[in-house]
Amino acid sequence: MIDLLTVGFLQRALLAGIMVSVLCGVLSVFVILRRMAFIGVGISHSAFGGVALGFLLGVPPLWTGVTFSVLVAIIIEWARKHSRIGEDAAIGILFSASMAVGVVLLHLSRTYNVDVFGFLFGNILAVARGELAEIFVLTVAALSVFFAFYKELVFLSFDEEMAWVSGVPVGMLRYVFMVVMAVVVIMSMYLVGIILVEALLVIPGATARNLTRHIRAMVMVSIAVSTGSTVGGLWLSYQLDLPSGAAVVLLLAVLFFFSILPHRLGRPLRAST
Amino acid sequence: MGDIAVQIRGLCVKYNGVPALEDIDLDIQEGSYVGILGPNGAGKSTLLKVILGLVKPSRGAVSVFGEPPERLRARGAIVGYLPQRPLGNPGFPVSVQDVVLMGRYGRLGLFRRVRREDREAAARSLERVGIGHLARRPVGELSGGEQQRVFIARALCVEPRLLILDEPTVSLDACAQDELYELVNRLKQEMGLTVLMVCHDVGAVSRFVDDVICINRRIHVHQPPPIGRLGLEQTFGCSVEYLFHGEVPHRVVRSHDD
Repeated sequence: MIDLLTVGFLQRALLAGIMVSVLCGVLSVFVILRRMAFIGVGISHSAFGGVALGFLLGVPPLWTGVTFSVLVAIIIEWARKHSRIGEDAAIGILFSASMAVGVVLLHLSRTYNVDVFGFLFGNILAVARGELAEIFVLTVAALSVFFAFYKELVFLSFDEEMAWVSGVPVGMLRYVFMVVMAVVVIMSMYLVGIILVEALLVIPGATARNLTRHIRAMVMVSIAVSTGSTVGGLWLSYQLDLPSGAAVVLLLAVLFFFSILPHRLGRPLRAST
Repeated sequence: MGDIAVQIRGLCVKYNGVPALEDIDLDIQEGSYVGILGPNGAGKSTLLKVILGLVKPSRGAVSVFGEPPERLRARGAIVGYLPQRPLGNPGFPVSVQDVVLMGRYGRLGLFRRVRREDREAAARSLERVGIGHLARRPVGELSGGEQQRVFIARALCVEPRLLILDEPTVSLDACAQDELYELVNRLKQEMGLTVLMVCHDVGAVSRFVDDVICINRRIHVHQPPPIGRLGLEQTFGCSVEYLFHGEVPHRVVRSHDD
């Protein structure tokens, strides 16, 4: 472990991973409580179109990805409110269409190479110094949003209509949440890739939900689960030479599995609540 | 009786072109206790939602304490509301105290943290409805009657002048229903509230309320009312706030002394 920490790219990977995991831990609680898991799938997969556009234009794929997924997030939220089709259908259409756009753009740019694979499945070990700074800035920004609107986000997750009646700016906060989610998804791409981002959005919160009864504890446990899985996953991938993103996701899945056990084994006679 | 708490003129509400409420005129005096009766789908909840600003009228004007509902909402501190299904997600991990504190969020506004006086207000509200001892329990683990008290406490925590209850007893057993009606009546007296309550229980309503509003949006489908408004006012010797006659029979209960 000591020599692991002295290697430069591993230090950066660990730092980036921890920042992303703390953020995902907080976000995941709201994704679970507001039942937004599928929106996460939609936003993350849509990012593929933006990333491919970056490759085609020769600009950093992170920024085209962020732009693209923020746009998709806003369209999903708009469609939910104003269109006849449901939110789920809107997500299905947007994410498959953006991925198709991504495939076409990649074909045009003829760079279906390792870089692309990194965006699909994560390549945290390749995080550069500049990218680390970007991740830091975005993490601080996203955490400030959660901190500033925490009480309103809890209220509108609990009862949106009541929150509205009480004067909480529900419409604005829904957009803010979607944009933050899009930003977090893009950053998580470094760690686990577009395809596996969903794990970080859903599993920490779901695991914490199984283990806690109060939202404050849920946030803490969720952060611990995601951070623990990231650190553990990176260590495993280093020791056993496994792909790091997949190792993190597998650890998350194992933790979730263990979080179900007390419910199934400890209280077999009680109706599930 | 002083000011007018709720004033509605020429109100029409349509959902996708289908009228839910038509031609409603209504005055509710401050300090009165009004029951709203009507069959399912008659527009009772819609009327409440118009008063809360949740539903925009297709036509007509609504004012609550002399202001449009949207402006009132922005200040977040005059109307207490108990929705029909206040606990949409029973597994939501918050305590009773957290839920009651949500009643303060509107008046606190964005970026402001919950202060000690908010906690004290929440504790007082819980004591008022008789469940101070449940403050730390997860709200999903309480009984139906206790949960309704929690949400009434949240509505009181707003420090409202108008309390709006949408079928507060619908999921309760007979005993808990009576307790809840008694509680609302007591709160109204103690806090000088104007209360607006949608209810199916004609018997219970007649014991407490000052006025009854009968709603049936389907007035447009049917014959002209068998009894006109004037006739009713003469019959009861008081102003019946408003009355629709549709195919579903209803009763107007309790006349006034004045």
